Formats: sequence, structure tokens, C-alpha cells
Amino acid sequence: MWRWLHPYAKPEATYNLLQKLLPWFVALTLVTLVTGVVWGLAFAPGDYQQGDSYRIIFLHVPAAIFSMGAYMGMAIMGAVALIWQIKTAEWSIPAIAPVGAALTIVALLTGAIWGKPMWGTWWVWDARLTSELILLFLYVGVMALYFAFDDARTGAKAAAILSLVGVINLPIIHFSVEWWNTLHQGATITKFERPSIATSMLIPLLICLTGFAFLTVSLVMMRLKNEILRQELHRPWAQQKLEQD
Amino acid sequence: MTQVTSTNSSLLHAEQLSSIRGGRVLFENLNFSVSVGQLWQVSGPNGAGKSSLLRILTGLLEPSSGAVYFNGQPRNQNWSEFCQQLLFIGHKAAVKGELSALENFHWQQQLSSVKNVDAWELLEKLGLLGLEDELTARLSAGQQRRVALTRLWATKASLWILDEPFTALDVQGIALLQQRLVEHLRAGGTIIFTSHQSLTLSDLTPEKLILEYQGESL
Amino acid sequence: MSQLSGGQTWLTLLKRDLRIAARRRSDALNPLLFLLMVVTLFPLGIGPGPDILARIAPGIIWVAALLASLLGLERLFRDDFQDGTLEQMCLLPQPLAFNVTAKMMAHWLLSGLPLVILSPLLALLLSLPVQGWWALALTLLLGTPALSALGAIGAALTLQVQRGNSLVSLILIPLFIPLLIFATAAVENASMGLAVHGQLAILAAISVLTVTLAPLAVAAGIRMSVN
Repeated sequence: MWRWLHPYAKPEATYNLLQKLLPWFVALTLVTLVTGVVWGLAFAPGDYQQGDSYRIIFLHVPAAIFSMGAYMGMAIMGAVALIWQIKTAEWSIPAIAPVGAALTIVALLTGAIWGKPMWGTWWVWDARLTSELILLFLYVGVMALYFAFDDARTGAKAAAILSLVGVINLPIIHFSVEWWNTLHQGATITKFERPSIATSMLIPLLICLTGFAFLTVSLVMMRLKNEILRQELHRPWAQQKLEQD
Repeated sequence: MTQVTSTNSSLLHAEQLSSIRGGRVLFENLNFSVSVGQLWQVSGPNGAGKSSLLRILTGLLEPSSGAVYFNGQPRNQNWSEFCQQLLFIGHKAAVKGELSALENFHWQQQLSSVKNVDAWELLEKLGLLGLEDELTARLSAGQQRRVALTRLWATKASLWILDEPFTALDVQGIALLQQRLVEHLRAGGTIIFTSHQSLTLSDLTPEKLILEYQGESL
Repeated sequence: MSQLSGGQTWLTLLKRDLRIAARRRSDALNPLLFLLMVVTLFPLGIGPGPDILARIAPGIIWVAALLASLLGLERLFRDDFQDGTLEQMCLLPQPLAFNVTAKMMAHWLLSGLPLVILSPLLALLLSLPVQGWWALALTLLLGTPALSALGAIGAALTLQVQRGNSLVSLILIPLFIPLLIFATAAVENASMGLAVHGQLAILAAISVLTVTLAPLAVAAGIRMSVN
């Protein structure tokens, strides 16, 4: 693993790899996302209880899952950055954080839009929505910390440490919010209790999930490419790249 | 390999040290060996990276590339031993303004676990007698520097790394400090320091390491 | 010659911090006064009815305590950072992660412990039933070490940032949430005469976990800031 990874500790090699892979990922994203969303929104059968309003799960569920996934990825990169002092891993943190925060916001908005017909109100202190909101705060913290430093390398290192602290806390926060929710559960009923989902709905959902996975990775790759170029601007290879494009 | 012989005889050995700060190369591929009992003066214009070099040698700062060896082994592998041997006085004097000169000395002494030093005698020697109960925040820059330098008289460390130790000192202070450096060298100690001024005592003939100011290259 | 043992160094660092704090009493006192004043605002804003106050007292006291704990944090390492003491701490033979626990301990003694002592007064002001008082004091006793530990992470990471105080709050408040949830639940249960062992145990577990792991992050943060 290490021997395989080691050449990519060099920013230039990583950049070239990203450049090679990115078109493929963008293509895969477009195909899966368009298929999944169109299928889910237009062709999947309606829900017998919720009618068409349930269809927002095709956006909500993938966004929620990958908002968490992006945080995990960021923390893993943080660990790699701190243990092996790999610059590209450091830079991937500011590349991932805004993507994760955007996914979190999408999950929150779609949750609110779904909540309106379900509960008659935009916001309910539901366990998952609350966890999602706290996740957004964690992302905001990481980004605010990164941007507070004049020196981007130090900022990335600080953000790496914080994302590790956050990822250790995330299960505790999640558990405590779940517990808090059952404690104070009065009027609300969790909307996400899992009824067995029909296969006709599951397949487009899985495609949407794949689509969001590719979307997340593509966005991170684009941002990482830019970040590498920005950080290496003073090096000849980066200037050559700029002239080529 | 030649590296083995060079590191064996030396206390502190720098290998291919480079430092890049704020997109500017301070120095590149620096190699040198400091032997036991030597006096090294690092000099060069402002911004040439003297402080950065000293901080890299102490381990406070990570070099952009290269490594530092202590007693022939990578420094970070015998870090605790290195810290026991090291006395570092940086730009920041590590003097607590809320404590008096006497208290500052007292805490420093406790942390370096040196017991048989007469604090009063030392304060007198450094011209701080009469000020020992004054909070150091109220002392002048030169007096604060003297408080910081008390550490040099109460230490078991053999390797001294001093960043601009003569700053803010008056003529007597400078003479006193030079004398202390001579004593330390005679006792078999090793000193690396930065300074713009030349040493005036004839006993002190430092090895010189001159850093040039590098432009915006890279 | 004998080298100073880790314990002695730790004690020396702790004593030095306490001595310095004694020279600047207002630093430790101001957050406590802040807490007292914030707590006073609630009866004024909501109305003095003892029923509603007792109902929301655990939440108010804990939220106010969290906010108060953020106040003094910036100073935790900043002075040491600026005068070079932190550099010297990095160069002590003992591990930095161990040495910073002395500073965390000093911070807790000056900010956490007074809260525990002050808690009956706060409970009285907010008409918390007497059976909830000991639970409030216990939750504070178990929870505040975690506050000091998390706070130290925030303080260490923002050392290089000018005026980092609002940033520290942004970073830390999400991390405080589990403590708030379990502490307030414990106090609520206790004031209703219910069992609180479960919540207190979880609170203690969170504190132990935080206090053992945080020093690693603090040390990494300090190394990064000194760099």
C-alpha cells in the first residue's frame, strides 16, 4: 500500500493522476446521476402514503450519506497528513470540506422540503436532521479554522487535527442526539423509520447513491487539482501547466 | 559510507538541510557537523534564515527536507536524551512577566533540576540585585534579557543553542556573557549561536557558518 | 545527577501556572461573574415563576457554563506562546502531551472547580428543586474536565490566529453537545427524583475519553503553532 502510494506524495504526480482520471469520473457522474434522478423522479412508482413527495429521498438520502462519508474521508486524509506528512493529503482537507458542507446543506434543505408536507413545518428537531445540522457546524469549524491562517500549510495542518478530533466525537454526538431525541419525543414521529422499500424504488435509489458517490469524488478531485496548483504556483511545473491550459 | 564517520565524531550533524518559508528558499542542502567543545557562530543578513536554522536544529521547526543527527543517531529517535543535553534561548526569552526575577529563576531551576546554585549570588553577578522582587514585565528589555540568561548559570545541559544572546545587553552584560561562554567551552560544552557582532574575547574563536540571503528564487 | 521525574516536572508546571493566575485573579474571576450575570438574565427575560425556571434551570446553567468556559480559553496558551515559554515546554525531556495536561489541570482548577462550588447558588437562583442540586454539582464535576480538555484543543489550534476567540467558539461548541445533553438530562431526572446513574456514567466516560485523547491533539496543535 505504502509503496504504491508513495509516488503520489509528490504533488505533481498526484496532479497528473487527477487530470487523467477526472474526465472519467465526470462522465460516470453524469451518467449515473442523470439516470438515477430521472428514474427516481419520473418513473419510479409513487408511494401509497406519501404520494409524490417521497421522491425527494432520491436526493436527500444520498446527500445525507455522503455528507457523513465526506467527513470520514476528510478525517482519514487528516490522519494520513499528520502521520506521513504528505502535502497532498493536507491539501485535500480544504478540498473536501466545502464539498461535504454543500452535501450537508443539500441534505438539510431536502429534509426541510420533505418535512413541510409530512409535518406541516419546515423544521423539526428530528434526530437525523439535528445530527446533520451539527455535522454542518463541524464542517464550518474546519473551514473557518483553515481560512483563519495566513499560511495555508499551517491552516491545513490545523484543519487536519480538528477533523480527527471531530471524527472521534462524531459517533458520540450522533449517539447522544439519538438518545436525546427519544428522551424528548413528544409529538413528532420519526419519519425515517425504515419500511421495507419496494425494489422498484430501491434500484433508482441505489443508482442515485452511486451517482452522488461519483459526484462527491469528482468535485473533490476538481478542488484538489486547483488546490495543488494554487499551492505549487511558485514551482516551474505548475507554471507550465498553467500555460498549457 | 562517509556519513557514519562524520556523524560518529560529531555531537550535532546536519545533513542536506533545506528550509522554505513563505515560498522563499532560506537555505538549501546545508551540511555541517558540530563536534563536542566547538563554538559555532551563524551569521548572515536579516532574513537569511539564521533563526530558522537554529530552530530546526532544536527540533522546534521541521526542515523542508534533510535531517538532523544527534550523537550519530537521528535526533528524533533519541529526543529525550537530546532535550536533556539542550539549552535553547530563542528570540522569545521565556521569561514570565507576571513573575519576579527571583521567581523566574526559581521555576527555571526547578525545571532543569539544578539545585546547587546560589540565586542571590547569581542575581548580583547579573546586576539584578535590588530588582529581584520586581515583576519582570516592569523591567527594561536589557534587564529582562539578563533574567533569561540566568539559565546559563544554572544548567546541566552541554549543548547550548542561543539565538541573538547579546541583543539588548549593555557592554558589561556582553562581557559577562562572553565570559560565561568561555567557561562553558572550557568545561567541554558546545555552543551554537547567532549574532551580528563579533566576539571580543580572544579565547572565543568560533567556527563560522554564513548564510547568504537568497532572493525570490525557486 | 538525577534527572527530574515526569511527576515533578508536571507539578512544577502546574504550580507555576497557579502562581501566575494568582497574580491575575480577574482572569479566573471574570468568567464566573459572566456566568452569574447570564443566569440572572433568564428570570428577567422569562419571568420569575419558579415552575418554569425550575423546568429550564439545568439547560440554562449548563449552556451558561459552556459559554463561560469559552471566555478564558484564549489565554490558556497565548501568553506562554508569546513569551516563548511554550517553546521551552516543547523542549522538556518529558513528552509534550504529558506536560500539557498540567496546563489543562491548572485551567480546570481555575475554571471548572469554581463552577462546581458555585453551582448551589445558581440552582438556588433558578429555583431548581433541592434534590437536583447534588446532581448539578456532580454533572459539573464530571463534565468540566472534558470542557477544559476540549478547550485546550481549541486554544492550541488557534494560537497563530490573531483574535482567535470567536473561532475557538465555532470549533468547540459542536463538540460540547454530548456533554450538554447528558448533563442536563441527569439534572432533570434528579430533580424529578429519578435515577441518574446511567447519565452520570456516560458523562464520566466521555470525560475520561476526552481527557486521555485530547492531550495528543493539544500537543500536535502546539507543535504546529510553534513551528
